[in-house]
Amino acid sequence: MGLAHKDLLSIRELTSDEIRLILDTAESMKEVARRDIKKVPALRGKTMINLFYESSTRTRTSFEIAGKWLSADVINVSASVSSVTKGESLKDTGLTLQAMHPDIVVIRHPAAGAAQFLAGRLTASVINAGDGAHEHPSQALLDLFTIREKAGRLEGLKAAIIGDIAHSRVARSNIHGMHRMGIEVRVAGPRTMLPRFIERLGVEVFTNLDRAIADVDIIMMLRLQTERQQAGLFPSLREYSRLFGLTAERLKAARPDVLIMHPGPMNRGVEIAPDVADGPYSLILNQVENGLAVRMALLYLFAGSGQTG
Amino acid sequence: MVRGFFYVLNSMATELNEKAQILDPQAIQRAVTRIAHEIVERNNGTEHLVLIGLRSRGVDLARRIAKELMLIAGAEPPVGALDVTLYRDDLDKVGPQPVVRKTDIPFSINEKQVVLVDDVLYTGRTIRAALDGLVDLGRPRLIQLAVLVDRGHRELPIRADYVGKNVPTSRQEQIQVLLTEEDGEDKVVIMEQ
Repeated sequence: MGLAHKDLLSIRELTSDEIRLILDTAESMKEVARRDIKKVPALRGKTMINLFYESSTRTRTSFEIAGKWLSADVINVSASVSSVTKGESLKDTGLTLQAMHPDIVVIRHPAAGAAQFLAGRLTASVINAGDGAHEHPSQALLDLFTIREKAGRLEGLKAAIIGDIAHSRVARSNIHGMHRMGIEVRVAGPRTMLPRFIERLGVEVFTNLDRAIADVDIIMMLRLQTERQQAGLFPSLREYSRLFGLTAERLKAARPDVLIMHPGPMNRGVEIAPDVADGPYSLILNQVENGLAVRMALLYLFAGSGQTG
Repeated sequence: MVRGFFYVLNSMATELNEKAQILDPQAIQRAVTRIAHEIVERNNGTEHLVLIGLRSRGVDLARRIAKELMLIAGAEPPVGALDVTLYRDDLDKVGPQPVVRKTDIPFSINEKQVVLVDDVLYTGRTIRAALDGLVDLGRPRLIQLAVLVDRGHRELPIRADYVGKNVPTSRQEQIQVLLTEEDGEDKVVIMEQ
């Protein structure tokens, strides 16, 4: 089996069987990630380019380490230190990379659709590591992996995604991924941060945190994306925090064994209180560790699907 | 499940028929018992012994050998499972990536006498991959190889220390090992086109 795609652009294109294959493969990869010698020769001779037009710690590092543990040659290109600063277009950057015959290109870009644009022009497999407010499929997959690991199943669970839904590619990928795997999803946030017609994605919409987190199995807090805010979506950070910040006190409204997730990086004290982030039900660091295993699985599975250019 | 689908496609492309049965349940049992005796004899007991089966039928055979060792020597050596997919030398050539299953060796293999267990020894390439995989996990004192069937046609300088049965075959034939744990019955058959 492999995946029926050259590229991973969005989680929507994956079937539930394919998601399950990725999660199962990631479980095998997690064993490799916990060895003393963390290196297997599976992608020896393959070249992977990390093309990042936006800042990132965990996603870029995670893809880089995953590639290296699988023995691929990993090259990092950051927009800030590349020819992009000289005005090179995404198309020309893509064609330049193509001429270097990579097997996998991982791209993060502020514009929705950038990964798809590149995928149509490269013979390499393109993996979307976040494109604008569109999708961030590897994040949703590592979230599903983390949930399955902790809860033992996905089907039939209930999740609440809280915060800036409108600007969040993590929310969008998770809504699609969770639905595909049989998880019921609700979203909550200030009205200004809920996109119009969001309920058409099949989610229940709340504007009150306490009601949203009552009787769910998973609470996923989103980062308040201060870099994407136009003025006026909320009056002040303090008010946002008071209404939609998750604190130990608010958590009393939720089930005692609820799982708490956050894609990072956190604004401690804004959307999540430090004692909740570091508390016993917080999976935030599990998410990071599992991110490695899931990205190893993705690189392994997609390395066989592209053609070397 | 999806791999199963792929296997169906393969077997449709090359219609296979059973040519002969090589081992019946009693013969498999006798082979396992004899291998266990030979392991005890060769290693002067089972003190530093560990068994590592190759996914998936090698693991079942390793468990059976471990049970026999318990009867013979009074102690059951630890059994681990090794998946060699990430070490294969043909990942570039097999098309869609083969499914990676979990390596599960919950003990140290440092300074241990390791017996690798697999169902069929053929080209030797799987064993080459397994040896690479094992040395990534530690430094055993020695590694031996036990197989239920040796069908010849080696492509690498590898031989088994313990063999259930040597079976001369042609490259067009396939050896199928069925074990109760995976397949609901015990038998080894030769299949041909």
